[in-house]
Amino acid sequence: MRDEIRKTVSELSVAMSEKTAGRELKFMEVCGTHTVSIFRFGLRSLFPEGLEMLSGPGCPVCVTPAGEIDAFLEIAAKGNVTAATFGDLMRVPGSSRSLISVRGEGADVKVVYSPAEALTFAEESPDREIVFFGVGFETTIPSVAATVAQAKRLGLDNFSVFVSHRLVPPALRALLSDGEVKIDGLLCPGHVSAIIGSDAYRPFAEGMGVPCVIGGFEAVDIMKAVFGLAKQAVAGEARVENAYERAVTAKGNIRALEMIELVFEPCDAEWRGLGTIPGSGLKFRDEFAVYDAAVKFGVNPVNVPDPPGCRCGDILKGIASPEECPLFGETCTPLKPVGPCMVSSEGSCAAHYHYG
Amino acid sequence: MRKNEKNGIGKHVTLDHGSGGLASAELVREYFVKSFDNHVLSQLGDGAVFLLNGQERGRLAFSTDSYVVDPIFFPGGDIGCLAVHGTLNDLAMCGSVPVCLSIGVILEEGFPLDDLKRISESIAAASISAGVPIVTGDTKVVPKGKADRIFINTAGIGVVPGEIEMTPSAVRADDAIILSGSVGDHGVTILASREGMEIPDGIRSDTAPLHHLTKGLLEKFPGDVRIMRDPTRGGVATVLCEIAEASAVTLVIEEEKISVKRGVKVVCDLLGLDPLYLANEGKCIIFTDRSKAKEIVDFIRREPVGKDAEIIGHVESGHPGRVVLKTGVGGERLLRALSGEPLPRIC
Amino acid sequence: MCLAIPMIVREVVNDSILPPVAVAESGGVSRKVRLDIVDRIPEPGDYVIVHAGFAIRTMTPSEAKESLETFTLMDELLENENGTLE
Repeated sequence: MRDEIRKTVSELSVAMSEKTAGRELKFMEVCGTHTVSIFRFGLRSLFPEGLEMLSGPGCPVCVTPAGEIDAFLEIAAKGNVTAATFGDLMRVPGSSRSLISVRGEGADVKVVYSPAEALTFAEESPDREIVFFGVGFETTIPSVAATVAQAKRLGLDNFSVFVSHRLVPPALRALLSDGEVKIDGLLCPGHVSAIIGSDAYRPFAEGMGVPCVIGGFEAVDIMKAVFGLAKQAVAGEARVENAYERAVTAKGNIRALEMIELVFEPCDAEWRGLGTIPGSGLKFRDEFAVYDAAVKFGVNPVNVPDPPGCRCGDILKGIASPEECPLFGETCTPLKPVGPCMVSSEGSCAAHYHYG
Repeated sequence: MRKNEKNGIGKHVTLDHGSGGLASAELVREYFVKSFDNHVLSQLGDGAVFLLNGQERGRLAFSTDSYVVDPIFFPGGDIGCLAVHGTLNDLAMCGSVPVCLSIGVILEEGFPLDDLKRISESIAAASISAGVPIVTGDTKVVPKGKADRIFINTAGIGVVPGEIEMTPSAVRADDAIILSGSVGDHGVTILASREGMEIPDGIRSDTAPLHHLTKGLLEKFPGDVRIMRDPTRGGVATVLCEIAEASAVTLVIEEEKISVKRGVKVVCDLLGLDPLYLANEGKCIIFTDRSKAKEIVDFIRREPVGKDAEIIGHVESGHPGRVVLKTGVGGERLLRALSGEPLPRIC
Repeated sequence: MCLAIPMIVREVVNDSILPPVAVAESGGVSRKVRLDIVDRIPEPGDYVIVHAGFAIRTMTPSEAKESLETFTLMDELLENENGTLE
């Protein structure tokens, strides 16, 4: 089995090189897990000469503004609060501190693998306020929505969510409309697409002339998807190709989309490094406003400027590589990150640092 | 000894047990001396003084380690045997033959005595099975909340035979890199236990003493072993990076030669972890002369602790400190040391 | 961002009181998986892609099998089924 995979990967590598014949191509991956998988499998060494993968804003932790992290830390530090979060967020610095440092100071911070775990804490500890840090794109949002819907059914009043969710298509639109950004194709996120459907990318392919291929996460999945992009780019085509058919359909997961629709509505949101993108965030609908942690605790994110020298914004847009940031590897390392691109294991800078 | 104290000593450690008085003596006698008694320990002196057999001027190895693992009992072992094996292995990695151990225990008030008995028996069994006595020890009790149940420190002395010298500077280009078995077993067992996750069948901590293996290895292949390290916290990746740095060489590793049990891989996938960075407590990495590598691997495989040993890579001169990983799918990338606590990722 | 793993469904619990749940397994590890947002409620023997404790997609054995060559874990899972898929 492993030999077969090696063989297929090798064949795809050769086919790609023949197809592109050294042509310079820039493709953007918009999913942190793609960034990590490409690095972990060592696929960069198998892409053809001239083909470059840029890491776009596909890491939800990376694009969470420092001000929102500060606001969540403020809530987490309150006496009666148990802060529940995905592990990814533990080391992300706000303007100065992170959840790990706040936990060191005595805050009750728990790492969870599912928002449902956080709700269970609320059921088990009625005297504590459980606050979940809602970060993630469309792969994660339906689970958080379902958890909030469940909280409502149970009539729990000690559970809330600090909403920092972001939506992928509006960000793609903003990126592709940005004059500085020049890419020859988009490697679209596999599991976000399982939720939103492959049709969601048609405006970018058909409307803006950018080839879009949806890829899975195994080595062969990724090689196939990038090959698909190479073929389209060389042929001057621009369409949506689904190279992850076992998980992704044209219309997506209707039940999941309806769950999001039930609990949330779109709003404008700030993306670190990209500024405000209209309709790219979510807020609770009125019927669920009581689960809004920002309102419950009267905490409002303040705009925090990027640290001096930090080029996270340009890196997220794919305009600069991590190595081109003056802070990379010296001042900014995974152990002492300056910007989120280094903190999250999926951030471009962390991936470049760890995997070379 | 007051009657009620002797009879109804109670089920939990109390601050009295740490006071140094009779209650302490009773605790030490009942829970430690009884378990690992030997003629040196029974003298109950402050330090252990003894002759090293046949060594008038041997080089000594001396090592210490503290154990604060949570949970304290886990599939495959507990904090007790872990503490014994850990120090034995540190001594073994320096090329020494362990001679004796010390043990220091810090107990939290309220710690169940039944658990203490269980741990003490485990320590004794590990020491006896390893053939290395515990010759001196200490016990303290702190008030509730000042320690997490039980902390153990072990220290050990070993004798380094003849010309043996395990050192990074011995590593040279073309040397082979051997890994004695599968990785991630201990780390996954601990992390899954903490999460209340089911541990997959056949997965348990690999905690085990390696000194029999290393002693035999160095006796049979003197001069062919450059350096040995056990990949505990930080995992295989971190140890390889440290050696590459210390030896100023490049290491080239074949990912598919690194054995990862399926259950370990599944838990890592579920928890968003990388087995190359997880702790191992019964494995070692050995750098050897290339020409002897095959023979050495065969030798290691004959020991139960080394049955899954493999040659996982080789040394190259060139970029000092670089570790290149040839991935299982045919690609190539760099391996880095662990920066902080391995945190699971979902998002 | 999209960390999700495929698991085989052993049992489905879908009464109307509690949220629907499947008992799913991967490589010998069982987990309870929420079915609130999955596209299709699975049957035992189906595969689900699981993210953050929730199933996001149900696949039939044949859909899963279609990409056998790309799914290393699937292959091992299928090997496990004593040669049959159900």
